[in-house]
Amino acid sequence: MSDGIAQSPGVPARESCWGSDAAKRRVRRRYGADRRLQIYGLGSIGLAVALLGILFSSLIFSGYVAFVTTKVGLKIYLDPNIIDQADPGAANYRKMTRSAFFAYFPEVTSPKERRQLAKLLSRGAQYVVRDYVVAHPEEIGNLVEIKVPLSDPFDQLYKGVIPAEIDALSGDRIELFNVLKRGGVLHVENDKAFAKADIYINQADVPEGDVEAADYQRMVNEAFRAFYMRARTLAYEEILSDQAAAAVKARVLADPGLVGKTIQINLPLSEHYDNLARTGEAKVLNPRFSSKKDLEWFDSLKKRGLLSTPFTWELFVNADSRFPELAGLSGALTGSFLALLVCFLLSFPIGIATALYLEEFASKNRWTDLIEVNINNLAAVPSVVFGLLGLAVFLNAFGLPRSAPLVGGIVLSLMTLPTIIVATRAALKAVPPSIREGGYGVGASKHQVMLHHVLPLAMPGILTGTIIGLARALGETAPLLLIGMNAFIPSIENMGLLQPAMALPTQIFSWADSPERGFVSRTSAAILILLAFLIIMNAIAVFLRHRVERKW
Amino acid sequence: MNDQSRPFEMALGQSGSAANDCKVTSRKVSVFYGQKQALFDVDLDVPDRAVTALIGPSGCGKSTFLRCLNRMNDTIPECRVTGDIMVDGKDIHDPELDVVELRGRVGMVFQKPNPFPKSIFENVAYGPRIHGLARSKGDLEEIVISSLAKAGLLSEVEDRIHEPGTGLSGGQQQRLCIARAIAVNPELILMDEPCSALDPIATARIEELIDELKTNYCIVIVTHSMQQAARVSQRTAFFHLGVLVEEGVTAEMFTNPKDKRTQDYITGRFG
Repeated sequence: MSDGIAQSPGVPARESCWGSDAAKRRVRRRYGADRRLQIYGLGSIGLAVALLGILFSSLIFSGYVAFVTTKVGLKIYLDPNIIDQADPGAANYRKMTRSAFFAYFPEVTSPKERRQLAKLLSRGAQYVVRDYVVAHPEEIGNLVEIKVPLSDPFDQLYKGVIPAEIDALSGDRIELFNVLKRGGVLHVENDKAFAKADIYINQADVPEGDVEAADYQRMVNEAFRAFYMRARTLAYEEILSDQAAAAVKARVLADPGLVGKTIQINLPLSEHYDNLARTGEAKVLNPRFSSKKDLEWFDSLKKRGLLSTPFTWELFVNADSRFPELAGLSGALTGSFLALLVCFLLSFPIGIATALYLEEFASKNRWTDLIEVNINNLAAVPSVVFGLLGLAVFLNAFGLPRSAPLVGGIVLSLMTLPTIIVATRAALKAVPPSIREGGYGVGASKHQVMLHHVLPLAMPGILTGTIIGLARALGETAPLLLIGMNAFIPSIENMGLLQPAMALPTQIFSWADSPERGFVSRTSAAILILLAFLIIMNAIAVFLRHRVERKW
Repeated sequence: MNDQSRPFEMALGQSGSAANDCKVTSRKVSVFYGQKQALFDVDLDVPDRAVTALIGPSGCGKSTFLRCLNRMNDTIPECRVTGDIMVDGKDIHDPELDVVELRGRVGMVFQKPNPFPKSIFENVAYGPRIHGLARSKGDLEEIVISSLAKAGLLSEVEDRIHEPGTGLSGGQQQRLCIARAIAVNPELILMDEPCSALDPIATARIEELIDELKTNYCIVIVTHSMQQAARVSQRTAFFHLGVLVEEGVTAEMFTNPKDKRTQDYITGRFG
């Protein structure tokens, strides 16, 4: 046969097929395609790793400061005359804390100044002292040193998150100023900056020759119209001091003959532009601080070495608080734990029972197909829809308490169920049929084969799916928001399945919404903690999956 | 039930003695997988305390027939069995009969060794435990030890009886499966190509074991190897395309087959 092929015209001889140029090109193309595929893969992995790196570095960068808190050590005499031994929580800790703090500033005596000084301390400082005394009643009568947190702006200032002074002028204002400067309009005389202006003293603006009542502001406006147009939204009056019109008026009053003429005049600049023209920068006090005096006191504390930044145990010990320096995650962690517990207790047995029945007992017909398709669809339903369902059914129809971890757990279990069912069915399918046959062969009944052999072997796979489902439930925000599981819980003492609660993701949501600067880093820190939990859960899932692979 | 009156044309095996020694009788057994018929009216009698080999080319229905004898085919949803199968004169399809009890009485050993991923002890103890055969822990241990001994495995695993059964070699695993089957004290042992996954030495051990076991049990073995059938069995049945072509005393069948197809198969023309 091969002879026939070799002899037929137009077809190259067999021997040359592998060595021909076309063949070499083919091989080169194949190598090229292999390389390209590898490069695409490497590229996408690189991209994914880079994005992950950006996410984590930005979280860590903004979140690490939340793991330390600026505190000032207060020497407090726990006066047994003030603190009742039997009920140590009831004393006036506010006064005690403040006087201990004021002791560092003996020169500050007026009540008004002291009120201002007290603002350096966190408003929760008194509770820190109270909790200390309640926890250590044996210290009553002693002089103790207790570290209490500073209030949020000073905490952030000490950690270098916010500056004491900020730029007074925005970028587009500085740009407008530079236009004036380049136009040679500005000059500095006697340590004061002026804008040179030609102002036409318009007859029309002087009503009935009364120079006293003339609209000089309008005349100044006219002169700066060009810049005014340029800046559009920016009022150039901002650049000129409010004394500018008065200066023009003074000149005209001195010489009423100027009406109808153009005068050249130096107009004073407003404060920030004056500073900018003279020194090249315009700074103002950060509006988060009320006065320069606050900062002086703060600097004095800093110089005396009274400030320190210990680790923020409050982040794990405390529940939520209005003061970011005292806000913690224990309430959110408790709420998430309770909701996940309910979710697990509901979805694990129901999920396994459903999967076991569908996989092992149900006959394959149109109904089971329909159920199967719908379970897979259920896994794809957006979580907010489950939240609405929970709101409509559990809260409105069944009248369960709102914001409760029980309802949160039920709603989350609706989301987790399909994941568990699908994972369990896959795990049951993966158990080799020989094990079932072995069981049947020695006379085990169907349920014995299931419970004694198939289910134990499928368990690692089932647990993997369950953990992944629970990890997803842990990170779910939308359904919990809809059933109100973002309550403000300042103490974990009364938390329960039916009491209002918040969860980790809803806590992050509410912190991210708070205006205090300290909540920005608290939010990032909370996200890091949430991610840490998710990573731990996924690591357990990977470990279990690894074990199931080694089994047979 | 006119089958009962039909005379057995059973030639005697080495240890078989008479017609009343017949353990399994099947009459007009047909098996359908959905629309497809896999077995056609099989009539076969299996003698007690002897080895009956089922041979034939792949897909001829010999395993299907074997699986009918302990109603293992019940576990396949689309499988349907018609005809009568009697074990000890009792119809196994009788609705009164408990299929679990039947499978206890009819043990099975599979093609691929399939010990449970549990300890050796647990593997053997599982059957007696679920059937409640042991009254005490000592009883159970006795059953396990004697079953392992009967399967010729005891000396090899005595010191590691609580280690996983999956850690044994292939041949040992298969003998463990045999021990597991005989632990529930069956009357009939079905073996579905028990040596096909084993090396020749392990195969030889299993064959010796089968030879020993036949003094106490009725054994039906499916095999692809005609040499094996010739070595271990007293009677042989040849299946082809779902039809029982010929059955008889092994020695006779291999030397003097009655049917052309049997002759072609055992001389290696097909299969």
